[in-house]
Amino acid sequence: MPMTVTEIRQGLASGQFSSVEITRDYLQRIAQHNPALNCFISVTEDLALQQAGAADALLAQGNPGLLTGVPLAHKDLFCTDGVKTSCGSRMLDNFIAPYDATAVERIRDAGAVMLGKTNMDEFAMGSSNENSWYGNVANPWNTAHVPGGSSGGSAAAVAAGLAPAATGTDTGGSIRQPAALCGVTGIKPTYGRVSRYGMIAFGSSLDQGGPFARSAADCALLLQAMSGFDARDSTSSDTPVDDYSARLEQGIEGLKIGLPKEYFAEGLDSRLARVIETAIDELRKQGAEILDISLPNTHLSIPTYYVVAMAECSSNLSRFDGVRFGHRCENPVDLEDLYKRSRGEGFGAEVKRRILIGTYALSAGYYDAYYLKAQQLRRMIKNDFQTAFDSVDLILGPTTPEVAFKIGAKTDDPVSMYLQDIYTISLNLAGLPGLSLPVGFVDGLPVGMQLIGNYFDEARLLQVAHRYQQVSDWHLQAPEAFS
Amino acid sequence: MTLKSDDVRSIAHLARLHIEEDAVDHYVDDLSSILALVEQMNQVDSQGVEPLSNPLDATQRLRDDNVTEVNQRDKFQQIAPDVAEGLYRVPRVIE
Repeated sequence: MPMTVTEIRQGLASGQFSSVEITRDYLQRIAQHNPALNCFISVTEDLALQQAGAADALLAQGNPGLLTGVPLAHKDLFCTDGVKTSCGSRMLDNFIAPYDATAVERIRDAGAVMLGKTNMDEFAMGSSNENSWYGNVANPWNTAHVPGGSSGGSAAAVAAGLAPAATGTDTGGSIRQPAALCGVTGIKPTYGRVSRYGMIAFGSSLDQGGPFARSAADCALLLQAMSGFDARDSTSSDTPVDDYSARLEQGIEGLKIGLPKEYFAEGLDSRLARVIETAIDELRKQGAEILDISLPNTHLSIPTYYVVAMAECSSNLSRFDGVRFGHRCENPVDLEDLYKRSRGEGFGAEVKRRILIGTYALSAGYYDAYYLKAQQLRRMIKNDFQTAFDSVDLILGPTTPEVAFKIGAKTDDPVSMYLQDIYTISLNLAGLPGLSLPVGFVDGLPVGMQLIGNYFDEARLLQVAHRYQQVSDWHLQAPEAFS
Repeated sequence: MTLKSDDVRSIAHLARLHIEEDAVDHYVDDLSSILALVEQMNQVDSQGVEPLSNPLDATQRLRDDNVTEVNQRDKFQQIAPDVAEGLYRVPRVIE
C-alpha cells in the first residue's frame, strides 16, 4: 500500500481512484495500525471525508491544485481551526484552536485532505517522542525502538504508510532526526521560509516548519505549498520561492560537496559512518566533487543551543497561565497559586526542566554569562558555515550519531538525550536549511544522511536528494509489519 | 555550576512553576548536569563577538498601524477555563 504523493496525484488525475477512496484507505490503515504505533493524537475522519468529497468535485472539474485530494497529517503543534491542538501536552489537552496556522491554511488551499494530528514530544521538546502526554510513539521498523523526536508521530506515520506525507517542525532537529530514525525524507527549510504563524512557539529564533514524505520529489511538492512570505509572521522572509519540482531533474555534475571532519569524528557509530560513506561514493559517481572541510566550533553547538532554546522556551511558555485557555488547576486559593499549580500540573518533566534552566539563564546577574555568551557563540557557529560555503555548494554528513535507540534507554539522562542532536542543532542556530534522507540500515534500523545548504538553497538539497533517490531504493523500502 | 535546593525553589518561583517538594533533589541533579554541559561555552573566548539573535541578522519588520484583527471574543472565550459576562475570571487579586 505505501504510496508516494506523486503516485497519488497521478492516480487521482487519471481517475484510477477518488480522493474519498484513497482517504478511506488511509483512515482504515490508521485504525488498523495506530494502536501499535500511537502516531496520531487525533484522527479527523469526518473532516477528512468531507474535504476529500470537495476535492473529488474539484478534480471532476479538471482544475486541481498542487495537492488536491491528497491525504496527509499535521503535527499537533500546528493550530487547526476547530480541531484539538494539544502540542503533546496536558496543558493543551482541552485546547481547540480558534484559527489555522498559515502552513495548514496553505496546504489546505492547495487542496490537501487532513487525516489527523500527529503525536510529538511535549511542546516539541525531545528527541525520542517519549515526552508526550499521550504516550510514546513506536518506530515502525522495530516497535521496541523510538521514532525520534520531536515530530516522531509524523515520521512514523509516513514510514508505516498511515499517511503519504506529514508536516513537522524543527527547532534543533525535530524534522531531520525522526526522518532519519524512521527512514523517510524530511526537510527543515531556511529560517523564515515557512511561516511560524499558528505554530505553537518553542524557540522563536530557531523554529521552522517543513514536510516529511517518502521521497525528495514529494517533499518538493509539500514545501512548495507551505513556503512563502506571510505578513503575520514578523520574521517571515520575502525572498522569492524557487520552483522546487522544476529544479529536481537538474544534474549534480561538478557540484562541490563538503564533508565536515567534525561530523565524522568520535561519537559517530562506525557502522553508520560506513553506510554514509557508501552513499557519498554514489554521489561521487553521479559527478559530485567531494571535499574535506572543517566546522571548528561544532562542539560548542550543543551548549549554545540549549541555552538559546531554553531561554526562549521559558519566555514563550509563560503564556500558559491557566487564565485564557489551557489547563487550570482546581480551586486556586489566589492568582499565584493558580499560575503555579496550573503550570505545575499542565507541564511534563522535560518541559519543566527547560523552563527552569531558561529562567535561570535569563535571571538578573546571569544573563551575560549565559544568554549573551550563547548568542556570541551562535555567531561563531554561523560564521563557520559561511566560511565553508565560500568553497563548497553543499555540506553533507550523518543526521544522527546512531540509529534509533530502545524506548527508555536515555530517559533518565537528559544530557545524553541532548547529544543526539549534535549534527542537527547547529543548522537551527545558523538558520540554514537541512534535509535528511534514508541511505541504508544498521541492525535493521534506517540510517539518515543530512544535506546542509546555504540560505534559501532548498531547491539544491531536494535536487541532490532526488538524484540519489533515482539511483537507490532505500526510500522505497517499507517496514514489513506495515507494508 | 552546582545548584542548591533553595536555588531550584527560587527559580521555580520566578517561573511561576509549582514543583513537588520531594522532586526538588531530582531537579537539583538534572539542572546541575545541564549547567555543567552549558559551562563548556566558557572554553572559548568570545570577547568582542557581536551577539546573534536572529539567524539571518534580520531586524523586526514594521507595518502601518492599521487594525488587522477582528473581534472574536466569543470564539476565544469558548475555550477559556472560566469566563463571566465576556470577562476572564481569576481569584480575587485586590481585597
